[in-house]
Amino acid sequence: MRGILTISQLTIHEALRKRVLLAALLLGLAFLVIFALGFYFMNREVVLAPRGPETQAQRALIYIFLTMAGLYAVNFLMVMMAALLPVDTLSGEIRSGAIQSLVTKPLRRAEIVLGKWLGFWVILAGYLALMAGGVLLIVYVISNTTPPNVWMGLSLMLLEATLLLTLSIAGGTRLSTLANGVLVFGLFGLAFIGGWIEQIGTLFANETARNIGVIASLLVPSESLWQLAAYTMQPPLMRDLSITPFSPASVPSNAMVVWAIGYTLLVLLVGLWSFKTRDL
Amino acid sequence: MNAAAIRTQFLRKEFGPKVAVADLTLTVQQGEVFGFLGPNGAGKTTSIKMLLGLVAPTAGDGRVLDAPLGNVAARAKIGFLPEHFRFQDWLSGREFLDLHARLYGISNVKRETSIKELLRRVDLQDASERKLKEYSKGMLQRVGLAAALLNEPELVFLDEPTSGLDPLGRLIVRDVINELRAQGTCVFLNSHLLSEVEITCDRVAFVKNGSVIREMSLRDRIAGDSPPNVIEIELVVKNITPNLLRELAQFGKNVQQLNGAIHLQTENEARIPELNRWLVAQGVDVYKIGMAKPSLETLFLQVMGEDARAG
Repeated sequence: MRGILTISQLTIHEALRKRVLLAALLLGLAFLVIFALGFYFMNREVVLAPRGPETQAQRALIYIFLTMAGLYAVNFLMVMMAALLPVDTLSGEIRSGAIQSLVTKPLRRAEIVLGKWLGFWVILAGYLALMAGGVLLIVYVISNTTPPNVWMGLSLMLLEATLLLTLSIAGGTRLSTLANGVLVFGLFGLAFIGGWIEQIGTLFANETARNIGVIASLLVPSESLWQLAAYTMQPPLMRDLSITPFSPASVPSNAMVVWAIGYTLLVLLVGLWSFKTRDL
Repeated sequence: MNAAAIRTQFLRKEFGPKVAVADLTLTVQQGEVFGFLGPNGAGKTTSIKMLLGLVAPTAGDGRVLDAPLGNVAARAKIGFLPEHFRFQDWLSGREFLDLHARLYGISNVKRETSIKELLRRVDLQDASERKLKEYSKGMLQRVGLAAALLNEPELVFLDEPTSGLDPLGRLIVRDVINELRAQGTCVFLNSHLLSEVEITCDRVAFVKNGSVIREMSLRDRIAGDSPPNVIEIELVVKNITPNLLRELAQFGKNVQQLNGAIHLQTENEARIPELNRWLVAQGVDVYKIGMAKPSLETLFLQVMGEDARAG
């Protein structure tokens, strides 16, 4: 355990020192500022305009729609972070040989992988808390609205980030940095496209398209998690309307969440085994 | 407790069709400074990696500090300076040592004093707050050496420890090795700087194509025990002429000029006075005649054969 904690501290320290986090944080803050301005003016000039929606319920729908749009952007930034931050951590150190001075310490190789995994997980969780928390806070302050089931929704988003992080770490045990980046982004893209094919297939009642989407979601359940998160954080009325990109026509089931957790654990175990058995 | 520091039997490593190490059978005693010599590509680094558990052997077995290869607990007593020392270069020298000490599980109090002491020992006190990426190659090698000693190891692997160092740096490494010897630490030195090995090592093994082809004690050799049946005569005369070199062939083989002296090899000590009488009779001015200790370089070339030179 000591080894895991030392390695995760090192991982966080490195991300701070290399200014990766600073860059991500500045971009994130820029996004939050833009979101706050956008939300403020949308609120003043559309929602509260004389010809705007009349009931509080109608206004709430618009607020939540805008919140979902903000969280969708946060989701995208977080996915980028989850896939890219750890992409080089093992492959780069294996390539340079820096890993040799770590694995010859009295540590199990699994402790090195788990330590890096934990370090990046803490960073991602912090990033999500800051960004999603920022969006929700802005919405709350301006409109006094909070979407339903926020904690559940955020947990699903964190699970999505965890899944991609785990893929990126596991891939790095054997692949070069570039190949690993291509793989993780490819899988994310597959899930993303598959998710849309599933939605379109459902809307047009095309069974084949829907099945393709389901298979893609099973291969990489990341996009399903976002869809479920978005579905969870909307009031029932909005879900039923299916009028926004955030109201999935085909709602991922709870079994998909179980599968995503099992998938993440499986990928992590494969990564641990793969690193343990390779020559360095 | 008196088990050998390293004992391997028929260790073999293949990378696909390529045999990196054929059959490494080796015993290194505790407290010994052991030189592992061979041309590039002889499998030295792969051998070290197998001993450290970085690379899994294809066949054979071995024990290091009386534990199986790659044993986690044994690593607490092992230090390692890799050949291509790439470290966490965004850390300062002190942070780097602190990190590695924490990975060894060294307590907070002890860390501070031993890091201070090691920084002094490798002459990096002044650079301790600078980032490793600003270090020169020699400084990196010295900080790597310090990292290899953090845990007061019983066994230290040094893979080409002087390759990036200037003469002063080499002197530091030599002193450190001598201190380790005095403390009873076993040092496994992988180097092709033969002059360094000659000064520091107690015993050497010559490796070629992944097998040990010869082991010898350097202390014995320095005490005068030359390899069996070969005596090297060193001769310094006033004028070396081609004719003289030709005629010397009657007294021994491999007649060659080396640093202003003539060297030749013979099988019998009695040839020395014979040669001397002959030289005087020829009217040659003799400044020096006697037995030469074959240098490690000469031995290396003999053992490896001529083809090893290009290495």
